Amino acid sequence: MPSLKDIKKRIGSVKNTQQITKAMKMVAAAKLRRAQDAAVAARPYAEKLQSVLSNLAAREEADAHPLLSQRGTSRALVVLMTADRGLCGGFNANVSKEAERFIRANEQGFDDIDLMIIGRKGRDFLKSRLGDKIVKVYENITTDATYKTAQLIGQEVVDAYSEEKYDAVFVLYNAFQSAIVQNVTLEQVLPIQPKEAEEGAEDSIDYIYEPDKAGVLSDILPKMVEVQFFRGLLESNASEQGARMSAMDSASRNASEMIGKLTLQYNRARQAAITKELMEIISGAESIK
Amino acid sequence: MADKLTLEMVTPYKKVLSEEVDEITAPGFVGELGLLPGHTPLLTTLKVGELSYKRGSEQFHVAVNWGYLEVADDKVTVLVDTAEKADEIDLKRAEAALGRAEDALKTLSEEDKQFKVMEAALERALIRIQVAGKK
Repeated sequence: MPSLKDIKKRIGSVKNTQQITKAMKMVAAAKLRRAQDAAVAARPYAEKLQSVLSNLAAREEADAHPLLSQRGTSRALVVLMTADRGLCGGFNANVSKEAERFIRANEQGFDDIDLMIIGRKGRDFLKSRLGDKIVKVYENITTDATYKTAQLIGQEVVDAYSEEKYDAVFVLYNAFQSAIVQNVTLEQVLPIQPKEAEEGAEDSIDYIYEPDKAGVLSDILPKMVEVQFFRGLLESNASEQGARMSAMDSASRNASEMIGKLTLQYNRARQAAITKELMEIISGAESIK
Repeated sequence: MADKLTLEMVTPYKKVLSEEVDEITAPGFVGELGLLPGHTPLLTTLKVGELSYKRGSEQFHVAVNWGYLEVADDKVTVLVDTAEKADEIDLKRAEAALGRAEDALKTLSEEDKQFKVMEAALERALIRIQVAGKK
């Protein structure tokens, strides 16, 4: 049986922890709002670009541009997006595990699969398991991701693809659904697979292209890759904040539960001590009689 | 046929504009581009430049930076990397950027990788200043 003093100390330390988790929850909630707004604001651009592209691709042969052509599946690159910081529940582990699973499952299909990691936690997780596959790690870019960042990554990937270093590029990230739900999502970035244009509505339009179809296409395709990375970064960031918020929320709740239990234990111990003292006094008084 | 154009302008960060306008002038890849209601479907890349549009008798100017313009059914969609309306432009910053770019260009040779970058920066700064002067 721990002494009164011990229990009191423990209550104090749990309270301290709870204060920290509560503060972290608030911070995450504020950041989540911003991240969510950014993700939502980026959507129209991506959607417009997508619709322009599918319009364009519907009129072009599949091999019109290197970024569109399928050329077998010998080398692949997986771009994994994780967070730089922990304490956000299963956020990092889920997506990292999925990366490992994907690579193991497709080892036969591809001659080689390389891994590019964004975020420190993903590297920590996979360093020991798939260390030889990691070709590049980016850190500290997920919070406050700008379009510039996505552009750099996009260009790097497009360059590597154009030099035929890779034949397929995938991106793996936590898509934001709500503050509590994140979906681990795998998307193929390259070769680009334009979504089918919606039937009827728009494919009757025959555009005039300036400078020409090929020119527009070769301009728009790399942009598409950048946009996909940008979107992935924003979604991943929003998911991270959401995951952290809910993780910290349950941590705070666990802490208050624990405080309740400890307080009960403390009061019991106190009562027992009082009873014991009373008994001693009474029996002492009895013996004097 | 509608007698107005619907202009929508989006950047990766947000939707900048969504308005009914009468006339649009855009910096197309092959040259200045004037758009009126009833224009043929068109898809073009845009250069760094000034996009202006008219609503009634009012004229508005926006500095845009690389993108696409799509015309279909009197709907004009502009996708650009950045778009700044004339009254949003920070003239001091643009002038500072201009100075930086000019200095850098003096020291660089044309083969330098950085040359193109600075040249583009110079162009952007010039356009910004030009647009800002028109508010």
